[in-house]
Amino acid sequence: MSHHESPSRVLDWSIQPPYLYSPYVATVRRAPHHPLVPLPASLLERTGPVYGEGDIGPLDHDLTKNAAKNGEPLGERIIVTGRVLDESGRGVPGVLVEIWQANAAGRYIHKNDQHDAPLDPNFVGAGRTLTDDQGYYRFITIKPGAYPWRNHHNAWRPAHIHFSLIGRNFSERLVTQMYFPGDPLLKYDPIYQGIPNIKARERLIASFDLETTRPEWALGYRFDIVLAGYDRTYFEEEP
Amino acid sequence: MRPQSPSQTVGPFFAFALVREGGNVLVDEKTQGEHILLRGQVLDGDGQPVDDALVEIWQADAQGRFRHPADPNYALADPHFRGFGRSGTASGGFWFRTVKPGPVPPSPVPCIAVRVFARGMLIHAVSRIYFSDHDNTQDPLFASLDPERRQTLVAERQLTPAGVVYRWDIRLQGPRETIFFDL
Ligand SMILES: [Fe+2]
Repeated sequence: MSHHESPSRVLDWSIQPPYLYSPYVATVRRAPHHPLVPLPASLLERTGPVYGEGDIGPLDHDLTKNAAKNGEPLGERIIVTGRVLDESGRGVPGVLVEIWQANAAGRYIHKNDQHDAPLDPNFVGAGRTLTDDQGYYRFITIKPGAYPWRNHHNAWRPAHIHFSLIGRNFSERLVTQMYFPGDPLLKYDPIYQGIPNIKARERLIASFDLETTRPEWALGYRFDIVLAGYDRTYFEEEP
Repeated sequence: MRPQSPSQTVGPFFAFALVREGGNVLVDEKTQGEHILLRGQVLDGDGQPVDDALVEIWQADAQGRFRHPADPNYALADPHFRGFGRSGTASGGFWFRTVKPGPVPPSPVPCIAVRVFARGMLIHAVSRIYFSDHDNTQDPLFASLDPERRQTLVAERQLTPAGVVYRWDIRLQGPRETIFFDL
């Protein structure tokens, strides 16, 4: 039987959060109720956009410089690096990794962010890069601040960096968030707690990394990401 | 095996990073095929438009080819068409300027792959768009779907003075909930 006719499951629902998780109030009216339909892997889902160096600007990975107007952004400079792997443990090259975040004060540049905290004239908080041939990526940024949201009384998001990854085909797609070790807010955050499996949650917490840390300059954090999808094994089996 | 990383919501504040000028225009004047406007709304369980969703599409060119090495006809794909688009919904809906894709064998009818992200969705939802001017029951996947629900995947063709428009809404929840796939 060919792969084209057999549904191949990509998402592991013991790891992935459900659509409906009522402590995160906005899920209640936005969660699909019908069970998901299995999808046979056709060429449509086994292909996807291919990115190259021409899609990335030289400062796109450095959020401390890519929006600087008259100086450095305020806050704690950090290096965030890691490896994008597939489920077989192989590095995935050519992944478009996009990040976005609040500034050090916990404020987004987005026009709908009404949090009473200052904008930083030298910081936008958006970056992008491609993974190298071993699957590694690297960003320089500012440690984001926690910010309030109105999900429930006294709700605060733990400090986080949003990540978007586009891999080798339509099946390799992930939007997630990176958290920081030891954050006391994680325990109270329904977005983080919406992940059903405690070990899976903890994989979204970056680890402090002395090797990445640069003396007299910036702390380093390591954040590896495993992309679900039709991996290379799958392609090798194709006729 | 490595356990896959879990998804988290895109949140409300992604547009400044992900929704770029021109990201929803897949064509230029040299792109081959029938140029179309694909538009619609993302609706919540109350039928209210979701104004902070992110919609992504992926499709073949007008000849049914992908600019991707998994396509045996990769080298023949339209150089003026990448096939990927992204739109926010801040203006009340999403829209894309694209071409009508050619059918991709073995299916005799065209379709577009879609992913939607939003605040309030801890993980994306994947769907497909078929076209109202084709007999979609010729497509094995479409034919296998619940006949009561599969019309939710069909974009309606409209001829307007400005050109061909296909209208397709994403209903996240409710009596006409869109069919979503496990991907
Ligand atoms: Fe956020």
